[in-house]
Amino acid sequence: MDRDSLEISGLTVRFESLTALDDVSLTAAQHAVTGIIGPNGAGKTTLLNAICGFVRPDKGQILFRGNDLTRVRPDRLAGLGIARTLQSVGLFRGLSVAENVMVGATPLAKAGFWSALAGLPRSDADEARLRMIALEALDRVGAVDLADRMPETLAHGSRKRVALARALAGLPRLLLLDEPASGLPEDELPELGELITSIAQDADVLVIEHRMDLMMSVCDHIFVLDFGVLIAQGSPAQVQADPLVTEAYLGVLHE
Amino acid sequence: MTTTPPEPDQTSSPDQPSRAVPLVTKPSPPAAAPPAAAPPQSGRFRVPTLARHLGVAVLAAVVLAIATTMIGDYRDYELAEIAAFVVAVAGLTVLIGLSGQISIGNGAFMAVGGYAAALLFVHLQWPLAAILLAATAAAALAGAIFGVAAARLRGPYLAGATLMLAVALPALSTQFQSVLGGDQGLGFYISVPGFLGINFSLSRWQAWFNCAVALLVLILLANLTRSRVGRNWRALRDDEVAASLAGLNVARLQIVAFIVSAACAGAGGVLLAVWIGTVSTSLFALGVSIQLLTAAVLGGLGSLVGAIWGSALLVIVPTFLANFATSHGMTQTTSSSVPILAYGVVLIAVMVGFPGGIQGALVRFFNLRRRRPADYHQEEKGST
Repeated sequence: MDRDSLEISGLTVRFESLTALDDVSLTAAQHAVTGIIGPNGAGKTTLLNAICGFVRPDKGQILFRGNDLTRVRPDRLAGLGIARTLQSVGLFRGLSVAENVMVGATPLAKAGFWSALAGLPRSDADEARLRMIALEALDRVGAVDLADRMPETLAHGSRKRVALARALAGLPRLLLLDEPASGLPEDELPELGELITSIAQDADVLVIEHRMDLMMSVCDHIFVLDFGVLIAQGSPAQVQADPLVTEAYLGVLHE
Repeated sequence: MTTTPPEPDQTSSPDQPSRAVPLVTKPSPPAAAPPAAAPPQSGRFRVPTLARHLGVAVLAAVVLAIATTMIGDYRDYELAEIAAFVVAVAGLTVLIGLSGQISIGNGAFMAVGGYAAALLFVHLQWPLAAILLAATAAAALAGAIFGVAAARLRGPYLAGATLMLAVALPALSTQFQSVLGGDQGLGFYISVPGFLGINFSLSRWQAWFNCAVALLVLILLANLTRSRVGRNWRALRDDEVAASLAGLNVARLQIVAFIVSAACAGAGGVLLAVWIGTVSTSLFALGVSIQLLTAAVLGGLGSLVGAIWGSALLVIVPTFLANFATSHGMTQTTSSSVPILAYGVVLIAVMVGFPGGIQGALVRFFNLRRRRPADYHQEEKGST
């Protein structure tokens, strides 16, 4: 619990004249759920994009367990043990649910191009193993029955579960969740909360989310962003009591 | 490929099966649930991939071998041509249908294969199998160079670049006439191996050789597409961002797809050269690239069986129509343009009637109940 998972220091991202993130420093503890909240346009997704290498920071450093992520290529993250879900879900529509999750298990694959080309038993065994891993991940999010469906036949909530299973399939050490509750009905939130808490037992979790009720129940520590600046941090109770946060954010929430 | 689902009832709520299961199955006490606590798995025995593909190929080989003894010299000759196109079209259909990259220029890679083979034949007199391997490797190398150069190009830009390749590369043969023979071309004759006896016709040997190579290539491509490589190609085709977050090196996978398709085109070029007996500029003109594309689309993009349908149509329809036209009293000039007209008509008809190509239509016809995206929740398509 005492060691840090993700350490971000002095992160600044500018788009033209707009400063999306201004000298943001934060740390996420290992095996904890760290939340980032803030009104729309606060820079939450930009922060995730900077961690994932989709956005190049102008200043600052991002460290994950001693690895420098500041100039990392997105496809290297999985190998470092970092997985991310997308706000837009982003399932592969031409692949079945099980295949979608198998793609997420890629970091665990062993057989390469030539054994695949020759159709060696090694490749078959690897495929069977990946499928097993995928079914386990699907089981964990309660979607194993959907394994052979196509994504477009699923409702939104199920798609989000599949996307989460895809992120879990690579057995990540750090899981980045981009608005996991968006589009979910109110009554599915407690289940999602329990799931996030259970994931935190073997992975560090960083969540970006609008839904305050969910964040208050799952997060160990919350950072509040407003217009690219970190304005508050602390336990959910501390953050909720902070007058700055109420001014910047909670007012919006009660509309 | 995957196990057939027990076909959940999709007419009711699409979410029904999942609702039966709570989101958190159990508190998951040992959260790092290792392979020990495996979820319900279909413990069905699966025939090894290679055995399955080899089995189909051996069956096809037997049927083809018998067929070649019955259909006569001319049909044998046509069969050899079809087989040559199958190889090139199969590589292209994998590139476009699976990896999502378009190439209008695979005729150029056929030219690389064909010319490499002819040069090796003329200057070094290598045995045919060695020539085939070396020429295929040469085309793969050309594909690698082009693939790396074009790795950042997408959609119409990639199409434009490959089109340029298709125009420029075959034209080299007229620039370097002394080496490549220009319009005259380079002779590349094969003869029937002695052990088959003196009465074995050359056409039949060409059909055997080309069909054998085509079956081999189809086995390898089927292995590849049924593996992790094929799945990763389809994944990056559908969503590059999600694919890279899953750890896929998108650029490298795209280059690999280009190399595979160029190698197939090269091998197809060798077979086409074997079939016609000479390699010349006109053999690999731009029209050939377009024909490959047409065949891949007609057969059904991404389908290896579709590549066979497409190639067969490519070869059979024009001659059939030309014969039909002449036998119905049209003049030579009129009848020679009938196939071109028919191409357009067939292409439009297939695209309007069966957007998934011939193979897509067959699959739908014989498997109507599979994958019905009827209850697709449009309004829930994801929040961007």
